[in-house]
Amino acid sequence: MHRTGFKTVLAAAALMLSGAVAPVAAQEPAPAPASTSPGPQNSANVPGATNTAPTTAAATPPAQPSSPLLAVDGAPGAVAQPGIGQPTDGVYGLQTQVTANGRFAHWFHDAVLFPTITAISLLVLALLGYAVLRFRRARNPIPSKTSHNTTIEVLWTLLPVVALVLIAVPSIGLLQAQFRPAPSGAVTLKAIGNQWYWTYQYPDHGGFEITANMLKEKSEIAAGERARTDRDGPRLLATDNRVVLPVGVPIRLITTSNDVIHSWAVPAFWLKLDAIPGRLNETGFTIEKPGLYFGQCSELCGSRHAYMPIAVEAVSPAVFAQWVAAKGGTMPAAGKASDKVIPQAESDAADATSNSGSTYPDGGQVLNGTEQAPVTSQRATGNAGGPGNAGL
Amino acid sequence: MTDTALTPNAFVAHGHDKGHEDHAHHDADHKPGFFQRWFMSTNHKDIGTLYLIFAIVAGIIGGAISGLMRAELAHPGIQYLGGWASMLHGGEQSLDQSLHLWNVLITAHGLIMVFFMVMPAMVGGFGNWFVPIMIGAPDMAFPRMNNVSFWLLIPSFTLLLASPFFGGAGNGWTLYAPLSTYGEPGPSTDMAILSLHLAGASSILGAINFITTIFNMRAPGMTLHKMPLFVWSMLVTAFLLLLALPVLAAAITMLLTDRNFGTTFFDPAGGGDPVLYQHLFWFFGHPEVYIMILPGFGIVSQIIATFSRKPVFGYLGMAYAMVAIGVVGFVVWAHHMFTTGLSVNTKMYFTAATMVIAVPTGIKIFSWIATMWGGSMSFKTPMTWAIGFIFMFTVGGVTGVVLANGGVDDYMQDTYYVVAHFHYVLSLGAVFSLFAGFYYWFPKMSGRMYSELLGQLHFAVFFVGVNVLFFPMHFLGLQGMPRRYPDYPDAYAHWNAIASHGYEIMAASMAIFFVNVVWSLLAGPKAPDNPWGEGATTLEWTLSSPPPYHQFETLPVVH
Repeated sequence: MHRTGFKTVLAAAALMLSGAVAPVAAQEPAPAPASTSPGPQNSANVPGATNTAPTTAAATPPAQPSSPLLAVDGAPGAVAQPGIGQPTDGVYGLQTQVTANGRFAHWFHDAVLFPTITAISLLVLALLGYAVLRFRRARNPIPSKTSHNTTIEVLWTLLPVVALVLIAVPSIGLLQAQFRPAPSGAVTLKAIGNQWYWTYQYPDHGGFEITANMLKEKSEIAAGERARTDRDGPRLLATDNRVVLPVGVPIRLITTSNDVIHSWAVPAFWLKLDAIPGRLNETGFTIEKPGLYFGQCSELCGSRHAYMPIAVEAVSPAVFAQWVAAKGGTMPAAGKASDKVIPQAESDAADATSNSGSTYPDGGQVLNGTEQAPVTSQRATGNAGGPGNAGL
Repeated sequence: MTDTALTPNAFVAHGHDKGHEDHAHHDADHKPGFFQRWFMSTNHKDIGTLYLIFAIVAGIIGGAISGLMRAELAHPGIQYLGGWASMLHGGEQSLDQSLHLWNVLITAHGLIMVFFMVMPAMVGGFGNWFVPIMIGAPDMAFPRMNNVSFWLLIPSFTLLLASPFFGGAGNGWTLYAPLSTYGEPGPSTDMAILSLHLAGASSILGAINFITTIFNMRAPGMTLHKMPLFVWSMLVTAFLLLLALPVLAAAITMLLTDRNFGTTFFDPAGGGDPVLYQHLFWFFGHPEVYIMILPGFGIVSQIIATFSRKPVFGYLGMAYAMVAIGVVGFVVWAHHMFTTGLSVNTKMYFTAATMVIAVPTGIKIFSWIATMWGGSMSFKTPMTWAIGFIFMFTVGGVTGVVLANGGVDDYMQDTYYVVAHFHYVLSLGAVFSLFAGFYYWFPKMSGRMYSELLGQLHFAVFFVGVNVLFFPMHFLGLQGMPRRYPDYPDAYAHWNAIASHGYEIMAASMAIFFVNVVWSLLAGPKAPDNPWGEGATTLEWTLSSPPPYHQFETLPVVH
């Protein structure tokens, strides 16, 4: 089944795209004036994004907010697929990874850590089992009086050291890989935690903002609210607005919070980054496959901690550009200042930037810390700046 | 030198220490009246008994709370929280109130099990009972301070138990700012903070008492390198308590002033930093996990040696492995914070330092097995618990090696994998060692034998129960289920249902335990001075069961 799917037809889809937003805009805090205008869209290229029922969907009246073809905000409506980007019931392993670091870490866990810890546990179990059978009183009535043996003690001190060093080598490599900041030309996504929803800003793309709330079940909604459908994703994971990101393009994720600490996590990306008031945390990743990826807030943040999921829809860069345009944003021109890497304090990279022209050992990325600071219109933290805004 | 075995004739215990029933009116056995004995006690054994009773009560409450949690988590959706919230606060409760109750439950479960169950049982209970006896001392160095330590826990626990009726503290046992500062108004969190202050003060006083006792009151001939490993474990634990708890006190005092007096230690709006709280908390919090497990190491060492009829293998290595764990335990705290945005160098350091802990821990595991090797083992109830401890602690330990990798924590942090890990080292590690110690010393403390059949049955059912309960949590974590969730996507239903059945099995085993305790206290056969035979070489087995009210009025001499 194609995930991003057919570029089906559809002027009708474009129509729906614009129509679907209108009834919902009133509910969400984010202003959505631009999305009601069909102007910037190239209707011929707007994807239906699914091959399951394009024709019936296209025939749906535009005012229906729960149209399965499109997310409420007009994002191309990829359909959640079992086993990809979401948990699977009753299985034993990690979620499928769709980033390079994720695949590396997945390999590290499955090929290094898991066999090692299983072997150690089984070794201890075998030794215990043998000792219990062989040295029980019935078989060994006279205990030995051995109470030390230097050789074996040195051995069982050094062998674990060797094992740990062998684990540490890929582990340190993974940390390095995860640290590598997003290069020039990356798409910046700023995820801001709130009690209990996420707001997202695209500062490189005109700074528009979207708000993602969890979709409630049919039995839970108030009149006029949109209920979750299976096409939106699983219960407790589907959101009304999805984060849309391009596939194959490096993403620079910045997290912060407006109230208490939250944590932005998507298991399929091997990604978890706390959103902390007064701080900006940054990491980089590149999604390799189009699809729909879910995550959940991963730092206790109050009563609805379990009810602020994360839904990321990864699409082709072209579709991403259309979505940005539909949201009233703009694609950045090449070489714009805001494309520059933002150095992180206290890091190797920050040191590197202080030496103009120094190079990352692996990426060949040239940084120049003496260059003018990037210009951006975003607030530093998005922090409302005071106690009392987080009451229950 | 490395042989700690003190054969019963290796010291001189002077006559009347071996008090028997017919010595009831001997000076050494003169007991004060009920009120004075139990409420104004200065006797280390009575205070130890009080601590054990306290820990059992707290364990029942904390265990019941986990039962509520497993009931709610047995199926997807919110089933019971609304009803419980109505019962607690009266009237119909909003969804937010119901969900808040969940956070109150997880907070209470964590704080109760750490501060009011494991610590009082290990340090206050077994430590008080057996450290003075094992080193040949008549009592603790500061008997009245010992009593203060215990009685501080009563108002402390009362504050914590009362807090749910004032809204409830729903911050998790870690009390992270800013959720615990401007994230939660009302008096409940203040009550929880003050509760921790009192419990911390209690533990600091206890730690001072233990250090002083162990350094100054050892019997003639009982050098540091002849001390039983349980005493070594208590010595290291006492130092960890002494150094770690003041940091917790400082951190939660800052929480208190942030909440009530307008300071902004952890509020970025005033120049503070929420992550500072996490550094302070985990500088306490990581040594705290060793505070909970080191005495267990000591208990297991005694039991393995006793029932293998063989001295502990590699005594010096065992003792200094605990010292090493204690020292390194102070410099690994930020591995609890890998996703907070630490710099890459910091992550590398904390990854490497954390892995180092596996080395002394491995020494202990292998030394226990080597102690059994060549021994002549009998499998009385304490021994089965101790062997169970070794394997379960190994399983919990190796998942700790997985979690030590900072890069892996971008996935595992705050998932059920972490929950599985720390329950394997605590609920299957520390708690197994507690039960091992309880069965081991029950005859000595009570003067009655427990039922071997019920004890073995308790072990078998508990072992199955906790493994069914906690092992599936690894799988939930690998699929990414976040912890501290009252409700979860349906794809986590399978393993959660199994885990909840595991709780039922575990709860059934606890019923066996309580039947055993009550039956043994009322009708158990009288315990001999040393029910465990020639393998039991420490000083407590030279005394009567139960020991005289005051032992060692003439100090034993250890050769």
